[in-house]
Amino acid sequence: MKALRLALTGAIAGAAMLAGPAMAQAPGSPTLDAIRARGTLVCGVNTGLAGFAQPDSQGVWRGFDVDYCRAVAVALWNDASKVRYVPTTAQNRFTALQSGEVDMLARNTTWTLSRDTSLGFDFPAISFFDGQGFMVKASAGVRTARDLNGATICVQPGTTTEQNLTDWARSNRIRFTPVVIERVEEAVGAYVAGRCDAYTTDVSGLAATRSAQPRPAEHQILPDVISKEPLAPAVRHGDQRFADLVKWIHFGLVGAEELGITAANVQQAAQSDARPDVQRMLGRSGELGQMLGVDNAWMVNIIRTLGNYGEIFERNLAPIGLQRGPNALWTNGGLQYAPPLR
Amino acid sequence: MSTSTADPRQNSAGPPRRPIRLSWSDERLRGIVWQLLVVGVVLAIAWWLWSNTVHNLEVRRIATGFGFLDREAGLPIGEALIPYEPTDTYFRALLVGVLNTLKVAVVGVVLATILGTLVGIARLSHNWLLSKIAGFYVELIRDLPLLLQLLFWYTILQSLPGPRQALNPVDGVFLSNRGLLLPFIEWMPAHNWALLALVAGFIGTLMTARALRARQYADGQPRKIWPAAVTLMAGLPLLVWAALGAPFTPDVPALRGFNFQGGLIMTPEYFALLLGLVTYTAGFIAEIVRAGILAVNQGQWEAAQALGLRRGDILKRIVLPQALRVIVPPMTSQYLNLTKNSSLAVAVGYQDIVSIANTTLNQTGQAIEGIAIIMLVYLTISLSISLFMNWYNARIALVER
Repeated sequence: MKALRLALTGAIAGAAMLAGPAMAQAPGSPTLDAIRARGTLVCGVNTGLAGFAQPDSQGVWRGFDVDYCRAVAVALWNDASKVRYVPTTAQNRFTALQSGEVDMLARNTTWTLSRDTSLGFDFPAISFFDGQGFMVKASAGVRTARDLNGATICVQPGTTTEQNLTDWARSNRIRFTPVVIERVEEAVGAYVAGRCDAYTTDVSGLAATRSAQPRPAEHQILPDVISKEPLAPAVRHGDQRFADLVKWIHFGLVGAEELGITAANVQQAAQSDARPDVQRMLGRSGELGQMLGVDNAWMVNIIRTLGNYGEIFERNLAPIGLQRGPNALWTNGGLQYAPPLR
Repeated sequence: MSTSTADPRQNSAGPPRRPIRLSWSDERLRGIVWQLLVVGVVLAIAWWLWSNTVHNLEVRRIATGFGFLDREAGLPIGEALIPYEPTDTYFRALLVGVLNTLKVAVVGVVLATILGTLVGIARLSHNWLLSKIAGFYVELIRDLPLLLQLLFWYTILQSLPGPRQALNPVDGVFLSNRGLLLPFIEWMPAHNWALLALVAGFIGTLMTARALRARQYADGQPRKIWPAAVTLMAGLPLLVWAALGAPFTPDVPALRGFNFQGGLIMTPEYFALLLGLVTYTAGFIAEIVRAGILAVNQGQWEAAQALGLRRGDILKRIVLPQALRVIVPPMTSQYLNLTKNSSLAVAVGYQDIVSIANTTLNQTGQAIEGIAIIMLVYLTISLSISLFMNWYNARIALVER
């Protein structure tokens, strides 16, 4: 597996060498041109994380991140099925995007300065405000993360999680023994088997893991959140037009929730809602879609197919036990805020 | 060889040299043209790959270079042979990774050789049960993928009881899913000197053995080596240790909080990897040893039996030394395999060079540099093994007199 992954990383590094200079910055959008010519969007997603990206029993990818891939496909062709999903690990996701193997990443990836600059990416918008937490056995008698002094903690390598953990331990003078395992399944397995006292990752990931356990009540997510993890889709730096599209799809979804437009009433609203911002968003007036290079009915199609931000959240993340929390609309005391679509 | 020959025919400088004609019908000119062409194409491809990589990296604003090695790593490492803190640099983190790889590779090679040789000999045994067990072992171990075996061992080790219910067979020894803990002593500088004395004693013993053998060749009298060995390898270190104040503070592991503190620990990750690599490679080594023994002419056995030697002595003194010549070259490949297979470590959470370099390249985004470091490390280790084994092979080669 490791050898395979290494070979893959090597192959991607090789692909970076072989990829022609055709993707150099050109006017327009090379990514969009390539997607249109291909007829499908190639979207890098998680290898399997309940609620965010996971194939269902029919093998159809479902989840919060998956819906962002589908939203782009709907904006382009009004067809949510025109997406090819490429499962990526924490380790090979960046090379996959850099080398052009995928068009975009929708894979619970934290937006950081170094990824934005030295990796050559752009993060159009924060789709999910997350933070790192800890999960322990309910029987361990741990109340807060500070009780974890001396504990063994399971963590996945190659993520910001690893660095947050060491930063937090340093600032709180906590000593811990790390057990670093690459695949989620084995890392969680080691925690469940008792090799580690705690398992750490983003709170969303913990909730997904906990919900997938045979007896979720045996596990407890500690109240402490030790980091900021703004999860965002990622695109290659230098293709502003494609980045704009992804960015405004997210803002459109949030704006639609704010305006109370849902999958159920969007057709109705497009016909009869007289509010000018609704008219603009749904393409009745103005040419917002064309400015982004897509059909003016883009938001109508997206909301009819996927619902607004709140509906996407409820459908995918509420079942694994996640609250809206910081992802509530700004009008409800959350952080999700969309600039005006005009 | 040609210098020692006195045959005048060998002294001629070959056929008379003709000047190269600038014609396609000249065989030598054709040869030169083709070679230039091939070298040119290879160089052109290499240049194109290089310049295209640099161009693409620039276009995508991906920083290059090895400057990141001096930056603070901030990655946690579970077990390290040298002191390591997350505040140390990436360079030190990678060094820890290299040492961890060597730790499993060196111990693995030694243990796999011992186990493999025993199983190989056992398979040739006249004892029906022993040879069948050895054969079953070889067939089973060789036919299963190594990754599967590693995960198997790791799962087994994880199913040991937790630290609070740890097995405690002898005072101070604990076995749990946190690893095997053994009592040790608190390490002081005096112990380092004693260790050095042990190494010196070992070298001294080798030299004494050589001197004794030279005297045996001279007068035919066998002499005992063990008094000198005990004095040099046990007495000398003890003397050094005593002279430096004989510091001895036992360091017994004890359960404090979540984990055991103190003592020596063998983590389940390391143990699973070592166990997997040793048992797997030993399966192959056993077959190599068996092949080597079978390659020795049956007449050697019969001749030795005629001299009245016992079976064990025949194996030790007659057959194995000759078998070594057949065994060593394929054995080198197995050592290289074991070393490279240790990169499967990340599957069971052991932080070897691949694991740490992968994390490094992920945190810094320096994928090409990270892969280059991994390749360099394995190349260095593998070439060292090859060099040593080639030297050893040349040493044991049949010397014809």
